[in-house]
Amino acid sequence: MADVVAVLYADILRLLPSNPAWPDRDRFVLSKGHCCSVLYAALAEVGFFSVSELETYGQDGSRLMAHVSHKVPGVEFSTGSLGHGLPFALGKALAAKRSGHTFRAFALLSDGELDEGSNWEAILLAPQLQLDNLVLIIDANGIQSLGSVAEVINLEPLRAKFEAFRWEVREIDGHNHEAIRLAGAALPFQPGRPSCLIARTIKGKGVDFMENQLAWHYRSPNADLLAKALAQLEQNPS
Amino acid sequence: MRTAFIEELTAQARINPAIFLVVGDLGYSVIEPFAAEFPDRFLNAGVAEQNMAGLAAGLASEGFHVFTYSIANFPTLRCLEQIRNDICYHNLPVTSVAVGAGLAYGNLGYSHHAVQDIAIFRTLPNLRLLSPADPGEARGAVQWLSANPCPSYLRLGKAGEKHLYSSPPLSPNPVVVQPGNPDVALVATGSVLSIALDAAALEAAAGRPAPTVFSMPWLHPASPATTATLRSFKHVICLEEHIREGGLREMLASLLPRSIRVSGLALPSNATVAVGSQNFLRAAAGLTATHAQQLILSRDDDA
Repeated sequence: MADVVAVLYADILRLLPSNPAWPDRDRFVLSKGHCCSVLYAALAEVGFFSVSELETYGQDGSRLMAHVSHKVPGVEFSTGSLGHGLPFALGKALAAKRSGHTFRAFALLSDGELDEGSNWEAILLAPQLQLDNLVLIIDANGIQSLGSVAEVINLEPLRAKFEAFRWEVREIDGHNHEAIRLAGAALPFQPGRPSCLIARTIKGKGVDFMENQLAWHYRSPNADLLAKALAQLEQNPS
Repeated sequence: MRTAFIEELTAQARINPAIFLVVGDLGYSVIEPFAAEFPDRFLNAGVAEQNMAGLAAGLASEGFHVFTYSIANFPTLRCLEQIRNDICYHNLPVTSVAVGAGLAYGNLGYSHHAVQDIAIFRTLPNLRLLSPADPGEARGAVQWLSANPCPSYLRLGKAGEKHLYSSPPLSPNPVVVQPGNPDVALVATGSVLSIALDAAALEAAAGRPAPTVFSMPWLHPASPATTATLRSFKHVICLEEHIREGGLREMLASLLPRSIRVSGLALPSNATVAVGSQNFLRAAAGLTATHAQQLILSRDDDA
């Protein structure tokens, strides 16, 4: 997911870090709010707040709480309970259409999060409203809290599901920055329809002892493992 | 009450371009005038209340004051977490409007009885809970909301409620509907105000001083005026079409000095099993003018 967020903030989203409330900005909603550390890092990198503040993440008194918080500059919406981000983004996309604005609304969801029925309520409605300014990105890493997505509730065929719901779908390698950029440049994938980008990813990508390991959904690396992970990532930057 | 609501909302929408109505595929023969006059500020979100509340928050975050409309527990309990997180936590101007407070949809059964909502909504941050008694109070609530957009819950009756009195503009204060005995207050919220007025009339007909009758269309958060207004009474009797737990009586009992006796009529917390009209079920639960009269006449050591 870090690759998708990095490219979004570097190349795709129209933003003005000096004015987080700029009316024409694209709206980005992180629905899988537990992955907020990635978003905080991107926001700091592009200048919404200082990179040094990242050190306070999750600490007593910090505004960088461990599920994404709208108290942080650049964050549109607090999430944490899954299944809330897409309906909210749909409302923003509808607001743009009804009031003549040109901004787009992005929602980034996990694949496991698609178990929540509230998402499917929004997935049904968005094509009905022809919200081609709504972009749903699915971080499809195939792992959820208690096991693989295939074992818990198999979502496949995921692309065909969205196509049947009348979304325009593209499916990419979610670690390929050029593929992410190209998809972003092609938005909306079809005028008059909402866009769905399925980003196939590998949980813990780039760190051999973390890749596809459920345990690393929960664990924090100690100093030694952190050094090893960083060394691997710096050796093979994506 | 629902007709008064939609008429007033339509009138407000003519002067307030922020007002947006989202319905959950309910409101047949009620909401059409608004939809016809303001198609760009109307949406039928379908039978999908979680999405309705979430998208309402999204619309509200872009400057609209959104009214979500459905019946009974659908726009409230079905999407409670969206109201808690998306609307209240973000302090966004969305008014959840439920038609059919209490037992108004009596014969449709327990699924349609909205009897826990006051208790639950009193716990939500930033939220105003408005519970009008008649069409006039409903109009006043919409006027206030239009001028004061905020996270809010509008608890409406259904149809055919009588015009009970000439209500003042909505404020946080309890409203004196009928002055009377300075020691005994009969305080109602919602359409059971009619029962309070009937009980007062029974007392007057019996040649006794009728209690002072109050309406509380503004239910939560309680204002200092609530305590200030009621603390001169010796006995405060509450009427509510809601279970006792977490309702009006518990609220006032926690606000008023212990020297004041607070009693009241409410619904039992166990689910109704009988089928019946609103009036039938009210009577079965003891929510009647006669029972209110018994409380007026009761002594301190009675129930």
